[in-house]
Amino acid sequence: MSDEAKRLAVRKTYKLYVGGKFPRSESGRSYQVTGSDGAVLANASRASRKDVRDAVVAARKAQPGWAGATAYLRGQILYRVAEMLEGRRAQFADEVRTAEGGTRKAAEAAVDAAVDRWVWYAGWADKIPQVLGGGNPVAGPYFNLSSPEPTGVVGVLAPQDSSLLGLVSVIAPAIATGNTTVVVAASERPLPAVTLGEVLATSDLPGGVVNLLTGHVAELAPHLASHADVNGVDLTGVDDDELARSLEVAAAGNLKRVLRRAENDWTAEPGIKRLRAWTEIKTVWHPAAG
Amino acid sequence: MSIFEYAPAPESRDIVDIKPSYGLFVNGEWTDGKGEAFKTINPATEETLAEVACATDADVDAAVAAARAAYDKVWGPMPGRERAKYLYRIARIIQERGRELAVLESLDNGKPIRESRDVDIPLVAAHFFYYAGWADKLGYAGLGPNPRPLGVAGQVIPWNFPLLMLAWKIAPALACGNTVVLKPAETTPLTALLFAEICRQADLPPGVVNILTGAGETGAALVNHPDVNKVAFTGSTEVGRRIAESVAGTRKKLTLELGGKAANIVFDDAAIDQAVEGVVNGIFFNQGHVCCAGSRLLLQESVAEDFLARLRRRMGTLRVGDPLDKNTDVGAINSAEQLERIRALSEIGEAEGGERYTAPCELPERGFWFAPTIFTGVSQSHRIAREEIFGPVLSVLTFRTPEEAVAKANNTPYGLSAGVWTEKGSRILWMADRLRAGVVWANTFNKFDPTSPFGGYKESGYGREGGRHGLEAYLDV
Repeated sequence: MSDEAKRLAVRKTYKLYVGGKFPRSESGRSYQVTGSDGAVLANASRASRKDVRDAVVAARKAQPGWAGATAYLRGQILYRVAEMLEGRRAQFADEVRTAEGGTRKAAEAAVDAAVDRWVWYAGWADKIPQVLGGGNPVAGPYFNLSSPEPTGVVGVLAPQDSSLLGLVSVIAPAIATGNTTVVVAASERPLPAVTLGEVLATSDLPGGVVNLLTGHVAELAPHLASHADVNGVDLTGVDDDELARSLEVAAAGNLKRVLRRAENDWTAEPGIKRLRAWTEIKTVWHPAAG
Repeated sequence: MSIFEYAPAPESRDIVDIKPSYGLFVNGEWTDGKGEAFKTINPATEETLAEVACATDADVDAAVAAARAAYDKVWGPMPGRERAKYLYRIARIIQERGRELAVLESLDNGKPIRESRDVDIPLVAAHFFYYAGWADKLGYAGLGPNPRPLGVAGQVIPWNFPLLMLAWKIAPALACGNTVVLKPAETTPLTALLFAEICRQADLPPGVVNILTGAGETGAALVNHPDVNKVAFTGSTEVGRRIAESVAGTRKKLTLELGGKAANIVFDDAAIDQAVEGVVNGIFFNQGHVCCAGSRLLLQESVAEDFLARLRRRMGTLRVGDPLDKNTDVGAINSAEQLERIRALSEIGEAEGGERYTAPCELPERGFWFAPTIFTGVSQSHRIAREEIFGPVLSVLTFRTPEEAVAKANNTPYGLSAGVWTEKGSRILWMADRLRAGVVWANTFNKFDPTSPFGGYKESGYGREGGRHGLEAYLDV
């Protein structure tokens, strides 16, 4: 037997990520998160309705500044997220594998794809206005220009299966164009999301642009979908048909834009559907006169 | 205020042959509706123009089935270049029969013939012409490599621009390869029914376009029909919300073009007389029955008094009356119901402390009329500053700084349009950037073009109509 005492590991406390800070749930609640093998991993914060509302306030506060940042800067910050994530590949591969099961190789591939997805969307920030916008040849003496603008605050119910790659695939397109987000992480696999919060917090992403909540989708989603200061809601992570329907009904209250659930292959090139989903086209008419 | 005397210059209504009664247009044929027929009247005279069939659930079933069959067998498989030629053909017939359509529109809706003749109908033809060209070029629209049609579109349109709203709905739907069942508004069905005749004249295959007349129940049956793949609605935010609720949990694609409470913002350095014209156009065009109407005037304090004096003088020269008179500026309110709503909100405006000014003008004895009206001393909490009146009633507020103008303009759940009047170019761009609205007019107002996307932010709805962006609403992309 060795003389040296075996070193006791320092465990991480998994908290929420709201307004650039890492608070516990105001409710004081937590829930046990287990790995794919059933072993207890951590006590995650179980966010409440009040946490949803605080997160929306943080997202709203951050929205004008983020939308007003140049597309070049937003692109650089998204790229910085990729850099930070790359530096933590091993840690994320562990967390993804623990959460989702499967081989080490598969977990590493998911992390690599998540890094690459940030890079992909980083490049879109200053290109999507050119792809979605442009001049319109109206029949009259006017200069007429359409450009995409962010929808505003988007509530994102992140996919339940893909705890990192899926998560990144729904957050990045929303914030690339200047939206801010309130994200409910995968209920049973929330730990990679919390760790992603640490990456975001060290990537020059302004606090409040991405707010990450952990907890139960069925409990949190109705408050997000019915919140009057949320402009859009992404239902991707809703597993239950009736819940999805009721969320869509709630979203109609202030005519939120709704992204319905769809079959998603997170490894495929995403296309611009999600970028389009969280933009509004604004068209400005200017008379052309001497 | 003095006004030049003009001799009456009525447009002849002989060009239009209105039948005593109309059926439903289903699968290329006229059929009797199973519901109880209703009358459509001329709102300027209250005379009955025709009796119109009312579609029931069974009629909606039949029309959707016809549209489905046409989609599966004819229109869906047809090459885009052939669809294009049908749409070009329709555009040409609309141009050829433009005067007839304009007169009929003014009779059924009450809008001035100058407007139906010079704005509505030319835009209708242009819209079909524009989208015709897209039919065989959809892969180039930037929406993805393989854009596919959705199937059967159920479309419900309002009474303020009856044929123009039909064109905004039908032209892109058909160009993208969908078939349609469209319900025109209860009070303005006649130009849609004439359009059905135009489809026949163009030899459009049966079932590609189906027109069902009726009221709200017919519209609800159409929207809720399980075999409809796409729902497009233009109308009130209240009904739009109900439709959004009713399609929840389905796979139907939805676009909504709803209400507005647009700010028309005048800075002290604006070309004041141009701005007065723009404000008049913004709120009195089409009797204010315009979702994007500039119904909130925001005046910079330093010019407010001067501006209002000029605005009142200009209002005194507006000619209100016979829609078919070519000199008429402001026509009839579309229905007794709408007139009642405008009156009620105006009374609330007075009760809440707004100061009312009504243009001095004689109104005809019969028909539905409301003289151009402005309210000054309006604050942001007043109902006439928050709710859509959908009539010739303008609420005037003031501001001091550009920041305050932006804050007040955006202080509404709506976000359809806005206007900015200033001679300072950089301020226009600064304002346009901050206004949360789908359409911003700088030193102009109420301009429309088929190439220019139109649609709202926030509770003014979602999706765009017009332009390349308008294709997305009718494609699986």
